[in-house]
Amino acid sequence: MSAREHVAVMTGELPSTRLDRSTFEPRALRSFLLTLGAWGAAIIAGVPLVSVLWMLIVRGGSRLSWEVFVALPPAGFEMGGGFGNALLGTVVVVGIAGLISIPIGVLAAVFLAELGPDRRLAQAARFATKTLTGMPSILAGVFAYAVVVLLTGTYSAPAGGIALAVLMLPTVVLTAEEAIKAVPKVTRDAAFGMGCTRTQVVWKVLLPTGMPGILTGVMLAVARAAGETAPLLFTALFSSYWLFEGGQPRLMQPTATLAVLIYNFSGMPFENQIELAWAASLVLVLMVLIINVVSRLISQRRA
Amino acid sequence: MTTATMPGSPRGTSETAAPKSNGVVIDCKLDQIYYGSFLAVRDSHVQIEKGKITGFIGPSGCGKSTVLRSLNRMNDLIRGFRLEGHVHFHGQNVYGRNVDPVAVRRYIGMVFQQPNPFSMSIFDNVAFGLRLNRFKGAMAERVEQALRRAALWDEVKDKLKNSGLSLSGGQQQRLCIARAVATEPSVLLMDEPCSALDPIATRRIEELMIQLKQNYTIAIVTHNMQQAQRVADTTAFFSVDISQGNRTGYLVESGPTREVFESPREQLTKEYVSGQFS
Repeated sequence: MSAREHVAVMTGELPSTRLDRSTFEPRALRSFLLTLGAWGAAIIAGVPLVSVLWMLIVRGGSRLSWEVFVALPPAGFEMGGGFGNALLGTVVVVGIAGLISIPIGVLAAVFLAELGPDRRLAQAARFATKTLTGMPSILAGVFAYAVVVLLTGTYSAPAGGIALAVLMLPTVVLTAEEAIKAVPKVTRDAAFGMGCTRTQVVWKVLLPTGMPGILTGVMLAVARAAGETAPLLFTALFSSYWLFEGGQPRLMQPTATLAVLIYNFSGMPFENQIELAWAASLVLVLMVLIINVVSRLISQRRA
Repeated sequence: MTTATMPGSPRGTSETAAPKSNGVVIDCKLDQIYYGSFLAVRDSHVQIEKGKITGFIGPSGCGKSTVLRSLNRMNDLIRGFRLEGHVHFHGQNVYGRNVDPVAVRRYIGMVFQQPNPFSMSIFDNVAFGLRLNRFKGAMAERVEQALRRAALWDEVKDKLKNSGLSLSGGQQQRLCIARAVATEPSVLLMDEPCSALDPIATRRIEELMIQLKQNYTIAIVTHNMQQAQRVADTTAFFSVDISQGNRTGYLVESGPTREVFESPREQLTKEYVSGQFS
């Protein structure tokens, strides 16, 4: 049988075999339109980030200089100045928040994932953290105001840190729990089979193996906390002075942060302050970007 | 039936119940093993002799893995696990009241079905158990010795810093064996150690087991009857009893491997080893 005869037999009663592309056939048309739509949506999704970054680079980049990193914020009609104290304040406040929320969050995750996943306490804690993830951030500020500011009698970096810690905690707990749960059961078995106590299984196997995932969650939480303004408005407040006086840290006083500086300065009628707000925004975005990139690098290297 | 109420009487009666003289390292008399209300294994009495390989064979679901994992109390990790009977290890009941399961597992090592090295370097994998036991000697030498025993040294000696997970499946399984033997356990339990491996890697593990029995007592679960015939000195055949509506495993017979395969006492064993069911 020749090839031509073979095709004829294969096609049977079909009139003819057409293999050429037909663009206006309904199926092809629908597929084309859908592809076009998906491309369009993807481009639109990228527009906000790119345009925000573009605007920040154009408007904030021009003001960026060594001075803005080391100088104190200017007063009313003063020229020059910077946001050195706010940058430092953000680092300190977020640092305090991390010192509180990371150990508590990771240990809570150990409980949820390994020690008592089905206990009442675990179920309650899981429900609470999931609810907290959706909580408006200003409520964390109100909470810290009532608990810390009113109690200590002053706005302070620790008050801001506690507010941010409340915000970070759910993210840390939930991602760390997932990371620990993702450690394969056979790996746990191996650890128990080697004669590990439960504590040793957690410290020597589960946490090191789950570290990339835990770190990603921690970094996401840190990045989010660094950009939060509302919880800091009435906990850390603002300050035009350094957090250190004569080499000594003065934590129990109002503390400047980048987010609050942006909020304050952007509403002022002075060109200088508005320019500084743009520059501070750019710096804040770059900080968050760096944290994200670093966390990604770390988790890729460990995985 | 004097030992039916074993839990709670750790050392006293065990001395009489388990004669140590004939080289029996583990003497387990499993009257009943439950997971919750499910009776998984009943009436199985197995002895594991020093320096020999004891093979557990039987159709799937016959409880052979459950029996193996109850020897070093790995089943304690499973919710609802309950055992009636006893497991005597060198004359001491592993399920005695004052026994720490963690300590048991340091004397009775385990190799699993899936190769499961930790996500750390090859060296750290082998050193893991030594560090766990606060070993204060020459770590590098012990690691090398364990890797040699596991017939892996020549393949990894130049890349001890690489991740254990970078090895092939067969190498990973030998790494797990090295990790288990590094702490010099007296018994090595192997739960279908070759079922995830290709035939060549399987052969290597089997040869390795025969070498290892000079130094260790081995109990191996396998679903592969040829494997049992190749490596096991003693074979225990388990089957499933579905008469009560449950799928309960029990020991049908045990004895020297040749006898079990060539002249079994029980009809069921004969049918199984001749391939009439599996």
